[in-house]
Amino acid sequence: MIPELGNVALMLAFALAIIQGVLPIAGSFNGNRRWMALARPAAAGQFFFVSLAFGVLVYSFIANDFSVAYVEANSNSMLPLYYRIAGTWGGHEGSLLLWVEMLTVWMFAVAMLSRQLPRETVARVLGIMGLIGVGLMAFMLFTSNPFDRLLPGAADGRDLNPLLQDFGMIIHPPLLYMGYVGFSVAFAFALAALMGGQLDAAWARWSRPWTLMAWMFLTLGIFVGSFWAYYELGWGGWWFWDAVENASFMPWLVGTALIHSLAVTEKRGSFKNWTVLLAIIAFSLSLLGTFLVRSGVLTSVHAFATDPRRGLFILILLAIVIGGALTLYAWRAPQVGLGGRFNLISRESLLLVNNVLLLVCAATVLLGTLYPLFLDALGVGKISVGPPYFEAVFVPLMVPVLFLMAPGLFMRWKESSIRQIAQRLKWVALASVLTGLTAALAMSTSVMVALGLILALWILLATATHLAQRLGHYAAGTPIGKRLSSLTLSYWGMLVAHLGIGIFVVGVTLVKGLETSNDVSMRLGDTTSIGGYEVRMTDLQQVKGPNYVAAQGTFVVTRGTQIIAILKPEKRVFTVQQMPMTDAAIDRGFTRDLYISLGDAISDSAWAVRVQCKPFVSWIWSGSIIIALGGLLAASDRRYRLALKKNRQNVPTSVDVNSFIVAE
Amino acid sequence: MKPRHKRLALILAGLAALGLAAALILQAFQKNLVFFFTPTQILAGEAPHNRSFRMGGMVVKNSLVRQADGVTMSFMVTDTAQSLRVSYHGMLPDLFKEGKGVVAQGRLDQNNLFVADEVLAKHDENYMPPEAAYALKKANEAKQTGASAKQINYPTKSAE
Repeated sequence: MIPELGNVALMLAFALAIIQGVLPIAGSFNGNRRWMALARPAAAGQFFFVSLAFGVLVYSFIANDFSVAYVEANSNSMLPLYYRIAGTWGGHEGSLLLWVEMLTVWMFAVAMLSRQLPRETVARVLGIMGLIGVGLMAFMLFTSNPFDRLLPGAADGRDLNPLLQDFGMIIHPPLLYMGYVGFSVAFAFALAALMGGQLDAAWARWSRPWTLMAWMFLTLGIFVGSFWAYYELGWGGWWFWDAVENASFMPWLVGTALIHSLAVTEKRGSFKNWTVLLAIIAFSLSLLGTFLVRSGVLTSVHAFATDPRRGLFILILLAIVIGGALTLYAWRAPQVGLGGRFNLISRESLLLVNNVLLLVCAATVLLGTLYPLFLDALGVGKISVGPPYFEAVFVPLMVPVLFLMAPGLFMRWKESSIRQIAQRLKWVALASVLTGLTAALAMSTSVMVALGLILALWILLATATHLAQRLGHYAAGTPIGKRLSSLTLSYWGMLVAHLGIGIFVVGVTLVKGLETSNDVSMRLGDTTSIGGYEVRMTDLQQVKGPNYVAAQGTFVVTRGTQIIAILKPEKRVFTVQQMPMTDAAIDRGFTRDLYISLGDAISDSAWAVRVQCKPFVSWIWSGSIIIALGGLLAASDRRYRLALKKNRQNVPTSVDVNSFIVAE
Repeated sequence: MKPRHKRLALILAGLAALGLAAALILQAFQKNLVFFFTPTQILAGEAPHNRSFRMGGMVVKNSLVRQADGVTMSFMVTDTAQSLRVSYHGMLPDLFKEGKGVVAQGRLDQNNLFVADEVLAKHDENYMPPEAAYALKKANEAKQTGASAKQINYPTKSAE
């Protein structure tokens, strides 16, 4: 009975979404306040019912209800409890439910935190989010219902894919989906502005914190995914330019452009059209990414053929959302206007260049991801586009983006001079080039490593210099604490995120340039060396886990006479699916990771072993976390909360949308 | 600068960025697109000798041979019509098995030995890499039409 309850809850949420998507928007045009007033309660109701459905699915997993087809396909009674809960989003149907759950979370948050917005805007924003919900829930109810029964019920499940049985599975999908779906808020705000034909600084101030939060979640989601792949796949890679990864990276690139463009729209009233377009593209790519990953089209385009309804539905849904939004854009964008003018040498210009480059990067990734699918679908043949393509295109495009991050900080809005910037940055330039070159020479590496280090130092030093100059502006004798605390969180967020990028670039450069790897055959007592360390195999045992058996090697890592670490990599075989898996052992460090994985048994006593030394890989992770922290700081700026408080005190009784929005 | 000139400059800068990206993409595509060939195609001489490509099919049972160093392996890959020996230095993926589908990327040497620098076998154990499935299907079609494999006109692309 309980799964049926979930089904009914989902249907009720679907009905509410239809109401929310139609009446409030209609009301915003004919001035019917009752219709508009439906938006908030409908959003709350949707949140309630989708959460109920989601809770029911989680319960079915916890209770091992293998009469539910989706549970049977993704769980097993031997699976530990936390993986059974994570199994809820282990497959196509459950991920969609998670997606919709996240959508209603954002929807509910918008409904609760939008008191200061004009009634029409709230109605339109929530209405558009409701329509997105309609599309996704229709897809779920008609083609991929997670509550479908299996008759007769199975005795036990087919188990969750062993690769997914990891802590990463518990947090990675929810974080990533929070990010993906969070862009729907920016998207809804953009469409609402297009409908109203008005877009100004106040609009940008409303949508900025939402976009920053979504971007922060997406950053964390991608980071956790990469971190997880690094230790779980057993071979030490952290980014494969795999279509699944690209699907999350494209919205991130466009989202990064969007948060910068929103800043210009808020501060200067420029880039209005452009901001709206970026919001549309960011969400369209999120939607595309969701379907790319979950539809099975990546495994084979012919996966569509096994369930043509799904493929058709997805294509129609994408066409409606993207096509509809772009049509609205083409029709209404001229009314929104371009916004304020600015000089060629100004912060606006630099941000525009960065924006264009980020968008072009996203486009090249999209091309590399979809091109093989198109060729395959057309039956022209099979090709694959691997990491070399992405690296060859992506790196040269990123170099100017990273370079411009420093002058972008020092450029003034509207008008600036190159000479002035050069004056302020000359010591930074000298210091980063000298230090970068010295370090690269000391490590005797390639030109690319030197370039990467110089760019990273350029960003780090310029950001620090900017902070120092800002702190120097105060009257002499002002205590440092006061100086620091008078800077806005928005500014701190920007600084922190940019520092994070610098740290990230250091990590990527050094891992790419200096990593070493050694495949050897080892017997007990054998020794191999890597990166100045001696690795000795001292033991090999059979161990038993809750749902697997494993061969576990013991390796002692020494440097000179000092024992650095004892590592125990495993080769596991999961009993239900009879699937082997490599479980690497890693000794993490500030300047390097030592990474040992166990291959196959070559003979009774010898095993294939891969030992790797990965310099500065932890800088990639810490850089990513710092970038996300920057997003969080910027989103928590006081002025977003002030606007909320101020307007709570005097809620306008009747607001004409046209008088509310200050004409440019 | 007049506003018109500014706009022109911005548009030119945008076009330059796009042009640069297009040039990079074209060059990267030219160099890095990896084409796929079935064992039949390779033995018919359709695959290039001087550039990396992908091949795939089923790993022939009992064909896995380990060299003396313990970490270099060689095995036969078949599309049921033809088979080819592949050698690989390194660790085979967890899901590599004789009798199962496999895709390898690497170069062909003078003696028609495929020297792989990457072996892919992903997902669950019943999963067939789409490219390997494609190779088997092609070979099967060729058998059914009764024509010799060499006369079949495959959808080929010139490598360069």
